[in-house]
Amino acid sequence: MDSARSVVLDAGDIGRAIRRIAHEVVERNKGAADLVLLGIPTRGVFLARRIAAAIESIEGDAVAVGAIDVTLYRDDLRLRPARALEPTAIPTGGIDDKVVVLIDDVLFSGRTVRSALDALNDIGRPRAVQLAALVDRGHRELPIRADYVGKNLPTALAEQVRVRLIEFDDFDEVTIDGGAR
Amino acid sequence: MPQVKTVLRGVRPYGEDPVDIVVAAGVIAEIAAAGSAAGRVIEASGLIALPGFVDIHTHLREPGREDAETVETGSRAAALGGFTAVFAMANTSPVADTAGVVEQVWHLGKATGLVDVFPVGAVTVGLGGEQLAELGAMATSAAQVRMFSDDGKCVHDAAIMRRALEYVKAFDGVIAQHAQEPRLTVDAQMNEGVLSGQLGLTGWPGVAEESIIARDVLLAEHVDSRLHVCHVSTAGSVEVIKWAKSRGIKVTAEVTPHHLLLTEDLVASYDPVYKVNPPLRTSADVTALRAALAAGTIDAIATDHAPHPHEDKDCEWAAAAFGMLGLQTAFSIAVLTMINSGLLDWRALADRMSVRPARIGRAHGHGHELKVGAPANICVVDPGASWVVEPATFASKSRNSPYSGMTLPGKVIHVLKAGKPTVEGGDLAC
Amino acid sequence: MRHLLSAGDLDVDSACLILDTAAQLASVTDRTVKKFPTLRGRTVVNLFFEDSTRTRISFEIAAKRLSADVINFAAKGSSVSKGESLKDTALTLEAVGADAVVIRHGSSGAPHRLATAGWIQGSVINAGDGTHEHPTQALLDAFTIRHHLRDGTGDLAGVRVAIVGDILHSRVARSNVLLLRTLGAYVTVVAPPTLLPYGVSQWPCAVSYDLDEVLPHVDAVMMLRVQSERMHAAYFPSVNEYSRRYGLDVRRMGLLPPHAIVLHPGPMNRGMEISADVADGERAVMVEQVANGVSIRMAVLYLLLGGMADDGKKEI
Repeated sequence: MDSARSVVLDAGDIGRAIRRIAHEVVERNKGAADLVLLGIPTRGVFLARRIAAAIESIEGDAVAVGAIDVTLYRDDLRLRPARALEPTAIPTGGIDDKVVVLIDDVLFSGRTVRSALDALNDIGRPRAVQLAALVDRGHRELPIRADYVGKNLPTALAEQVRVRLIEFDDFDEVTIDGGAR
Repeated sequence: MPQVKTVLRGVRPYGEDPVDIVVAAGVIAEIAAAGSAAGRVIEASGLIALPGFVDIHTHLREPGREDAETVETGSRAAALGGFTAVFAMANTSPVADTAGVVEQVWHLGKATGLVDVFPVGAVTVGLGGEQLAELGAMATSAAQVRMFSDDGKCVHDAAIMRRALEYVKAFDGVIAQHAQEPRLTVDAQMNEGVLSGQLGLTGWPGVAEESIIARDVLLAEHVDSRLHVCHVSTAGSVEVIKWAKSRGIKVTAEVTPHHLLLTEDLVASYDPVYKVNPPLRTSADVTALRAALAAGTIDAIATDHAPHPHEDKDCEWAAAAFGMLGLQTAFSIAVLTMINSGLLDWRALADRMSVRPARIGRAHGHGHELKVGAPANICVVDPGASWVVEPATFASKSRNSPYSGMTLPGKVIHVLKAGKPTVEGGDLAC
Repeated sequence: MRHLLSAGDLDVDSACLILDTAAQLASVTDRTVKKFPTLRGRTVVNLFFEDSTRTRISFEIAAKRLSADVINFAAKGSSVSKGESLKDTALTLEAVGADAVVIRHGSSGAPHRLATAGWIQGSVINAGDGTHEHPTQALLDAFTIRHHLRDGTGDLAGVRVAIVGDILHSRVARSNVLLLRTLGAYVTVVAPPTLLPYGVSQWPCAVSYDLDEVLPHVDAVMMLRVQSERMHAAYFPSVNEYSRRYGLDVRRMGLLPPHAIVLHPGPMNRGMEISADVADGERAVMVEQVANGVSIRMAVLYLLLGGMADDGKKEI
């Protein structure tokens, strides 16, 4: 097969991955109390909401969920034109002494997560920070590892992993585009 | 010793049929068939001969601001621009309000010798607008001053203006008024209009010029004296002058090359090279000024050549000096605006750039018809040439030309002053 | 995005981008750590040729909240008052490596000149030039109006704003007329005829001499500071007459629709263009304007300096 796009997760796969992550979060944290799920815009925010909904259906209680924009903390700002900022929404109650689960769609170099950790640091002092990603495609450039992964996906650097979510893209799908495969 | 004859070979007087113009002893000795005359030949076939231009409005900055211009550098610029006579305004330092200063300028002009420099005397002491300068002493000095002006400032006091107009009648003088009502132009920076409101620059309304002209033509009529209006810049001023002339009032008027071409839109760049007084106006004004010059309502093109050192223009707008260079571009701007538009023919252009200005300023020896016996003040131009304005190459000491980088039509090739070449082949002859 | 010189250079998208960015940045005020590392290592120079403590402090806080190094260069007491030119000052700033110059100058067009004369490479932000423009003030006013009348999002389509006072000498008015119109608002300038610029009829706004007639039909009214020295130049007969005809007092507040807000760029002349009880009333939003000013200036600094160096000529 030459360079085309291939679907690696379909809507059903994504749903299952989210439910599994939700279970793992609850299991590891022995419930959902003191949890704050913070999605990294854009799609991480929708994933956070879905995981929160899944946890709620497991545990019965609502889970604090919000968004954390990391743009102002990025280390590659000078490499591109200035980017529009996305909303940061910290749930009432804040993050002090909470267990924050950062949620992103794709874990790649780790630089976005590093930025998010810096951003968190300016907002408060969580008891612990955990990381969930729908896809881990490897090629880490920083010593960062996800606690919860929807799917580990070995990729070539030239390839592009695209996550589409119905809230933003009209359908759920994860694909790999480009590269000689 | 045989008399040296200079022959302008194959030149076309006023753009008419080619002839040889033979110059000897400072006058036109003969107008012969093309190719027939002998002597020191200056090749001029295809070129047009006009009487040497007369600029009744320049600022040569000497004495006082020799960093901007001197009589010598200004004379060089004038010669290269096709002029054989220039009038040097009085706003020097010290002001040319005494016989001593005007004689100094006159002597400096003589020493350079490239053009006849006619000093303009100040109307009031120190351009202060309060006390008449010694106009008679300047008139009878070696400089034989006939034109008086406080240019740069308006003689705004009506009583002083009346007295000045009356006083100069004794020696056939003329008052050249810088028409600018001072109270209407406090801190004025540009033409008052929609654009000045948008740019936040204090407006210089046309009425500040028009109201003074209206007052002055009535004064000139009342005392039956000669009034000259400097750098007319608005359509409204044209109307007033037209009315005054129709009544037989002895008023003459000049327009600058930049007011014939440039408009206030350029100010939106905030580049002070476009800062000038009176300010650049609207395209409607430009159209009216061209039409008035064509009709003769405006008598003359005068450059208001105003050299300024770089630092006086390389700054923010409000801090910058008013004024633009004009001597080396005046002819080309005249070609662009008046000849190429068909508004003037060559003979009429000679009338507006030589004959009438010489008459206004009583510049004897200049502005004569190109005919046998006339003083050989001749400018030879190439109407078909074009050139790119590079202020760095100007003979003027200053560089503040608004035309930098523009390609302009028409080029001055040769100039004879009193029979002697001052410019040959587009370069100074000496 | 390179410079911010005129509100007229902003189209609706770039204006909304600044407002939206400011909205995101506004949240920082609620945090304990009121700082982002975004402009670490960048240098912002506040070059103020006119005294304006308020605007300078606003820019200084904005730059510091983005971690930029800030140098305050006040022309008074510096070499400028000894006759150093704008150019030489600019060359000095260039030599010390200013990434952005925030300039307040008494001469209209000075920021434009600084940006285009080739003296410096960095971004130029107009913090008020002569009687020309004050674009960040207009942005913070639009931000404040949007917050109250449009839930803090989108443009200002259909919002009706009166700008009242010395339009002739006001850079705030010029920038606001341009920006508010770009954002879709309808602006009416209200002043005695002597304090309206020549040619105001060509501006993208309505013109009125009668405040009472305008007030019932606006959603926001912006009162401009009127300097009493204008009286000496015969722009109006007396402070009392001005205040009676164009001042906003309690009676006139009653003419406004109940939802309408009152803005003032400050500093206010209480008792002249605005009465004390109106200035301190609950529909006056001056304190918010000041706070929003910091967010807007952070947004402008971020958008100008937060990306890669832009060697193009595009302006925001």
